[in-house]
Amino acid sequence: MRGYAAGQLVQLVVVVIGISMLAFAILYVVGDPVLLLLPQNAGKEEFERYRRLLGLDQPLYVQYWKFASRAVRGDFGNSWYGDVPAFGLVLQRMPPTIYLTLAGLGVALLIALPLGILAALQRHSFVDNLCTALAVAGQAMPIFWLGIMLIIVFAVRLKALPASGYGTWQHFVMPAFTLGAFLAPITMRLVRAGVIEVMNMEYIKTARAKGVGERMVVIKHAFRNACIPVITVLGLQFGQLLGGAIVTETVFAWPGVATLTVESIRNQDFPVVQAAVVLLALIIVVVNLCVDLLVGFIDPRIRVRA
Amino acid sequence: MSAVVERSPAARDLAPAARRGALRRLARLRWGVGAAAVMLAIVGAALLAPWVSPHDPLAVDIRHRLVPPAWMEGGTTRHLLGTDQVGRDLLARVIYGGRVSLVIGVFAVLISATLGVLGGLAAGYFGGRTDAVVMTLLNVMLSFPFVLLALAVIAVLGPSLVNMIFVLGVADWPLYARVIRAETLAIREREFITAGRALGMSHARLMFGQIFPNLVSLIVVIATLQVARVIILESFLSFLGLGIQPPTPAWGNMLGEGRVYMLNSWWIAAFPGLAIFVTTLVINLMGNALRDWLDPHMKL
Repeated sequence: MRGYAAGQLVQLVVVVIGISMLAFAILYVVGDPVLLLLPQNAGKEEFERYRRLLGLDQPLYVQYWKFASRAVRGDFGNSWYGDVPAFGLVLQRMPPTIYLTLAGLGVALLIALPLGILAALQRHSFVDNLCTALAVAGQAMPIFWLGIMLIIVFAVRLKALPASGYGTWQHFVMPAFTLGAFLAPITMRLVRAGVIEVMNMEYIKTARAKGVGERMVVIKHAFRNACIPVITVLGLQFGQLLGGAIVTETVFAWPGVATLTVESIRNQDFPVVQAAVVLLALIIVVVNLCVDLLVGFIDPRIRVRA
Repeated sequence: MSAVVERSPAARDLAPAARRGALRRLARLRWGVGAAAVMLAIVGAALLAPWVSPHDPLAVDIRHRLVPPAWMEGGTTRHLLGTDQVGRDLLARVIYGGRVSLVIGVFAVLISATLGVLGGLAAGYFGGRTDAVVMTLLNVMLSFPFVLLALAVIAVLGPSLVNMIFVLGVADWPLYARVIRAETLAIREREFITAGRALGMSHARLMFGQIFPNLVSLIVVIATLQVARVIILESFLSFLGLGIQPPTPAWGNMLGEGRVYMLNSWWIAAFPGLAIFVTTLVINLMGNALRDWLDPHMKL
């Protein structure tokens, strides 16, 4: 287990370095910050002065080193707009995003687990076909459109729920459902496939032969083992989930990191964008690591293979 | 020519299940054919937009602004899906909007498929250091929130059709690379590759002449499904105002503009979104049918 964990950690460090390079490249290689900062009619000398001021006259690797060594300490520079530390700004907006993500995950599981198990147990039945159809439709649904349609129906027409904002549990209903609807189809398919695979295993036969009740067979023997692939893929899908949260936030004006990032992109406030991108990517990497370790812990075969 | 094969009892027992499986496959294929017909209509409408479209998508008509769809009170048959905030015909804009989405979808997928296949083949075939480099790059890309990356890069490069294709194309290759690498790893160990190597084939010939043909159906299926994903992403970028810029009609930016008017005029946001939904649904159905048809055992 220790060797497995160490290997995963080394991989993590390499990935983090890669992420920092990409975040650096977004601004300094692809664009020219001076062009963005100075008015268009600024003189050539002013451009030169600013370039030196920002250290852009130095070779790229020196610039990257400066960026990275500051970033490690959580210093991404100040926001070009508010003149407050960019990282602090992003951290402040983190909790709503985390809550939304968890709520969305919860809704997705609430939909996907029962339907997936049911579909697996009654393969090729009407229920199964209905679930498959729902999953196919769900995967094609642009969730920003789903969100808007929900707002039109439940906020504008029925006036039952707030259209946007944050604070009470009512504010959570539509965003959580939207995000859940985004993640549920793939999760349901995974649960279904996992349960089907497990139900054909020898130990299920053994359990049945022992006279274990069918309900216990499904819950205790099949579902538990079907959880492993589901956890793995859900962990890998975490980036997707965050991506979905980003989309959902912008539709419902949710005061999270994503709304902040989109605002900052519109304002071309790049220190904030970089801080947000690095932080979100870090979260994804850490979650993936935890999933890997968790799965390795649950299923010893995996850590031996790795 | 025909040979009568005596069926063993076991095979006869298997037959009903197998037949049911075949029926299922055919049934799903029927969905695929239906989906392909709808897709053909969408592509046809987009290609022939100047002839099919009832109005000029950019023609402003302030006197007839916010006209509801024809079947609602106050709607006219002149504007079947109604008009938007400046009186442009929504049906015309939905038809023209398809052009942008389809062009971006197809070209971005061409780029990402090419990059992904090259990366995956190289990683799987050569292994070792090449594999490590490709996999690291892949892991970095996969741990980036794809949407944010695309947003940030487009914001720096500036929104344009070419930039969108480029960004979406480059950002999407890891998926292909991962699947292709895994398949290549398996195929590399097969005997015909060993035989090819013994015959003195070059690496390039082994990779592209021997391994690649075995991957074509896999690539076709992934690419089909990815077109749908790219279309959704493109419309999201345009929806945020960071993609295709108004007044050029694109489903995403129409949806974004319509959002402002959703209090009274739901149709401006509803129809472009419906167009995205139907297109991606149809593409997904086609992709699934293709997978079943080419190789029902494909793990995707």
